Amino acid sequence: MTTVDRFAPAAPFGRDHDPYKLGRRGDAGRGGGPAATGHGEGGPASKRVIVGYGFWIFLLSDIVMFACFFAAHAVLQTATAGGPSGRELFDPTRVAIETACLLTSSFTCGLSAVATRVRSLAWTQLALLVTALLGAAFLYFEIVEFVGLVGRGAGPERSAFLSSFFAVVGLHGLHVTAGLLWLWTMMAQVLVKGFRPNILRRLLCFNLFWHALDIIWVALFTIVYLIGEGR
Amino acid sequence: MSDRDDAVQRLDTHDVGPGPQVAEEPVRDAILSCVIGFVLAVLLTVGSFYTLNTKAIWDPAIPVALAVLAVGQIGIHLVFFLHITTAPDNTNNVLALAFGVLIVALILGGSFWIMAHLDANMMPMDQLMRMQR
Repeated sequence: MTTVDRFAPAAPFGRDHDPYKLGRRGDAGRGGGPAATGHGEGGPASKRVIVGYGFWIFLLSDIVMFACFFAAHAVLQTATAGGPSGRELFDPTRVAIETACLLTSSFTCGLSAVATRVRSLAWTQLALLVTALLGAAFLYFEIVEFVGLVGRGAGPERSAFLSSFFAVVGLHGLHVTAGLLWLWTMMAQVLVKGFRPNILRRLLCFNLFWHALDIIWVALFTIVYLIGEGR
Repeated sequence: MSDRDDAVQRLDTHDVGPGPQVAEEPVRDAILSCVIGFVLAVLLTVGSFYTLNTKAIWDPAIPVALAVLAVGQIGIHLVFFLHITTAPDNTNNVLALAFGVLIVALILGGSFWIMAHLDANMMPMDQLMRMQR
């Protein structure tokens, strides 16, 4: 018996019987056989993998940019210059509603990906529509909050705390706005062009983008609103 | 999807990109994964907002509890929505994520560290103003 035979996964542990992919660990470092893509003779990985990975890198760089804004805000959270603090300004109920909107839209976005996989045009469009409406609702609450703050004289010019608050929350709001524009565009493209490979890749990237926005919002409502409330 | 893309994707078993997969996972499982992620995220969010107003936690510990809940929820999002797993075919995605986390930790930790020291060592503002006159 050769070493390869002894360490190769036994026959019954095919993909069907191996949900945690343990049987594939053995050959992951050895190139996974000549036919596997990205590992020798198999040629490059499919465009879907490459596009998804590239967009993942972009999202991580976006998160690094957000980290800079978060750091600035966390450092300046107590620099209110005699102006109002977070405890006086923030309304936890509104933040909870915003969070519910964005979290549910992330969920429906995930469902749209499942609908896309089974190539159901109606369900894909419906899930994307709900995602868009929830995203728009989130944006509405955020704009109402900003207008209210500026109206009470707590605009970005009042203190370093409020400058950094408007910078980080506004930056996330701009991302959501861009995401909404992208989402409407994707709905139109799916409607007109159908599930072509390039449209599927764009839907994949949009999915990643929208989930990343929700991840950033989790950090945002924790650092800015909840911990800020306690200051 | 063109025949060529289909053929290539069937061979893509050793590297997967982030996001929903095209593998032959049953649709029911994919929906279930979404629902589980959503339910867990909702529980953690409710936990965060509950932690804010509860008297059950010692006050100075609340920010720590909130941070833990947030990190947990980010993990839920990564696993159930972005499908970043520890499977061997995900090595590239996890390594990119690890690098991102490193940079974020350096930026946040470094800022706190430096700014706290600057703050502690800075001349009191009234003295500074007097010197400028």
